Amino acid sequence: MYKILLKENLVPNVHLLKIEAPAISRRAQPGHFVMLRVDENGERIPMTIADWDAEEGSITIVFVQVGTSTSKLASLKTGDSISNLVGPLGIPTTIEKVGTVVCIGGCYGIASIMPIARAMKEAGNKVISIIEARSRNLIYWEDKLRSVSDELVVITGDDVQAEGEWVTEKIEKMVAAGEKIDMVIAIGCTFMMMRTSGATKPFGIKTIVHLSPIMVDGTGMCGCCRVSVGGETRFACVHGPEFDGHQVDWDLLIARQSAYLGEEMQSLQVWECQDWQKP
Amino acid sequence: MAKLNLNREPMPLQEPEVRAKNFDEVALGYGAKIARAEASRCIQCPKRPCIEGCPVGIDIPDFIKAIADGDMPEAARVLKNKNSLPGVCGRVCPQETQCESKCTLGKRGAPIAIGRLERYVADWDRTKNKKPAESPAESVKPTGKRVAVVGSGPAGLTVAADLAKLGHSVTMFEALHVAGGVLVYGIPAFRMPKDIVQAEVDYVTSLGVELKLDSVIGKIDTVDELLESGYDAVFLGTGAGLPMFMNIPGENLNGVYSANEFLTRVNLMKAYKFPEYDTVAKIGKRVAVIGGGNVAMDSARCSLRLGADEVYIVYRRSEAELPARREEVENAMEEGIIFKLLTNPTRFIGNERGWVTAMECIEMELGEPDDSGRRRPIPKPGSEFIMDVDTVVVALGTTPNPLITSTTEGLDVTSRGTVVIDPETGKTSKDGVWAGGDIATGSATVISAMGAGKRASKAIDEYLRSK
Repeated sequence: MYKILLKENLVPNVHLLKIEAPAISRRAQPGHFVMLRVDENGERIPMTIADWDAEEGSITIVFVQVGTSTSKLASLKTGDSISNLVGPLGIPTTIEKVGTVVCIGGCYGIASIMPIARAMKEAGNKVISIIEARSRNLIYWEDKLRSVSDELVVITGDDVQAEGEWVTEKIEKMVAAGEKIDMVIAIGCTFMMMRTSGATKPFGIKTIVHLSPIMVDGTGMCGCCRVSVGGETRFACVHGPEFDGHQVDWDLLIARQSAYLGEEMQSLQVWECQDWQKP
Repeated sequence: MAKLNLNREPMPLQEPEVRAKNFDEVALGYGAKIARAEASRCIQCPKRPCIEGCPVGIDIPDFIKAIADGDMPEAARVLKNKNSLPGVCGRVCPQETQCESKCTLGKRGAPIAIGRLERYVADWDRTKNKKPAESPAESVKPTGKRVAVVGSGPAGLTVAADLAKLGHSVTMFEALHVAGGVLVYGIPAFRMPKDIVQAEVDYVTSLGVELKLDSVIGKIDTVDELLESGYDAVFLGTGAGLPMFMNIPGENLNGVYSANEFLTRVNLMKAYKFPEYDTVAKIGKRVAVIGGGNVAMDSARCSLRLGADEVYIVYRRSEAELPARREEVENAMEEGIIFKLLTNPTRFIGNERGWVTAMECIEMELGEPDDSGRRRPIPKPGSEFIMDVDTVVVALGTTPNPLITSTTEGLDVTSRGTVVIDPETGKTSKDGVWAGGDIATGSATVISAMGAGKRASKAIDEYLRSK
């Protein structure tokens, strides 16, 4: 069992868990993920590590409550435990000095991008962070991101209605204004990462995306997480999850991510109607 | 002298139409009377050729004699002396090509059903033995040497048990949330009940082996760090890795699973109990399983039990070349699996939502034998045809997981990614590191991994004692 040291509801539907994990915290690097299982009946799900503290022996994850597993997780309190936690998994982000790096985070990715922005800044890059959410009240960690960035741009659906500018338009505008962007890293919903990759491609800006296909074991055994990159099948859990956004077959990724939509709904309904109140 | 009995006692089975709808064990096991009758057929020949056929060298005639004499505690003692996982081996070892193939009775009639008797003794020991054999670890003096075993499948469990019995302090690391490796994620419950695997794992930990779950070596600690942090030797038994696909169009469509994924969902994550369990294994009406090995048979039979109407085994050679155990092929046929032999897929066809709807295949014929000694399948030009399917399971084997090999310096690997070992000892190119099982040989069987574990533990023990 892995103890929850802190549970926090950051904004509506977005939760933070700090979990006791000394071995993982010693090895964690920006871009790593963990696999976890909430309880004995639970699935194994991947979560990007949003922060870690080797001294305390903890890791932090931030997630959006959408299905059964994340609802179970969201129902836990400080002092509760989860059944399993394994990591750090995947190939961490390559941190090096490249010049100007734009770090983009959307929904759960606002947290996931933070350690990457921090490491990129420490490596001597100019870091421009862009965080995006549907609405102003869904933005969190703004101060954290600001403290590790040279510049922070906050984009919300509310503002877009006023000014009509999502991440993609923002990047186009930055380039037009003469900002020399050497690299873009994006974590968040697949649609945002796809649109971002589409926006940077005409300018030839290297764009790294953190894909989140469905995983089962997460350690390179089952092949569920396969994605197509540059026409080649790759396994996100061991070859990624970081890939070149210009090479990713987005349609395939979106189709594979929605493979179990019906069953996910059914599972959530069963849990909500029958199981959530069980001790 | 009693007349030779050349006919073996049949194994009681669940009826095909009943078992095709449940995940309970297919083979019900011998009862006491049948077991004694079968054991009494053994002529206790002086040459004892069966032992040679056993990769772990069980004193087979001795435990069979004990059954015939009605001395079950003795039978259990003899069996567990050499084999730490008898409940597993009695179920999934290919005895027909090992011990039983050497049986003297086999020259005249049916060889002794050694595997079934092994299972009978293991099950008796687990459920009825009032005085389990004293744990050898209690009577042996600790050596003070520490061994890290990476992976808790058949190879790792064997090494851990053997070395613990010899007094070494063993830590076994497992990446998944349950120990047992392929025994829990791969082999379905109707062939390998999970409580039996758990009992065998419990036996190994009862010998003093420390089990660390959720621990991916290569990620939390590398092999070098294990050696630096006080382990005197490391055994790598990490097993199968990335599943192999055919590199044909449409392989990434929804509804196309690797056997590893499909079986992991069903067995490890208990998708057959969805929605009680959260993991799903979506199964359609017409399922094609590509491949002809035991894993293909398991996938096909799981598909049937999950409610598919028609399940096909699609295999590019003929029935004679099927690599699966004969018994599993027969069980599958009885349950209604349809064998489409001399057939190979050429592409998968999907709908606008990315789901597989059909598979184009080509007919094959057999040519000259290839490197493996089996006749090479050759496509018949112009014989392409379309099969409507809504689920496909690709069961063509695996390539080794790169997590260890890519993080360990000085570990030689083959071009296929397997770890190079001395087949006699399991020694790798790196000092203090041994390996065995699928990580060294590529996809093979449970017992061959256990045999490799046996040889490696002997070599590791010698190394530790000379150190």
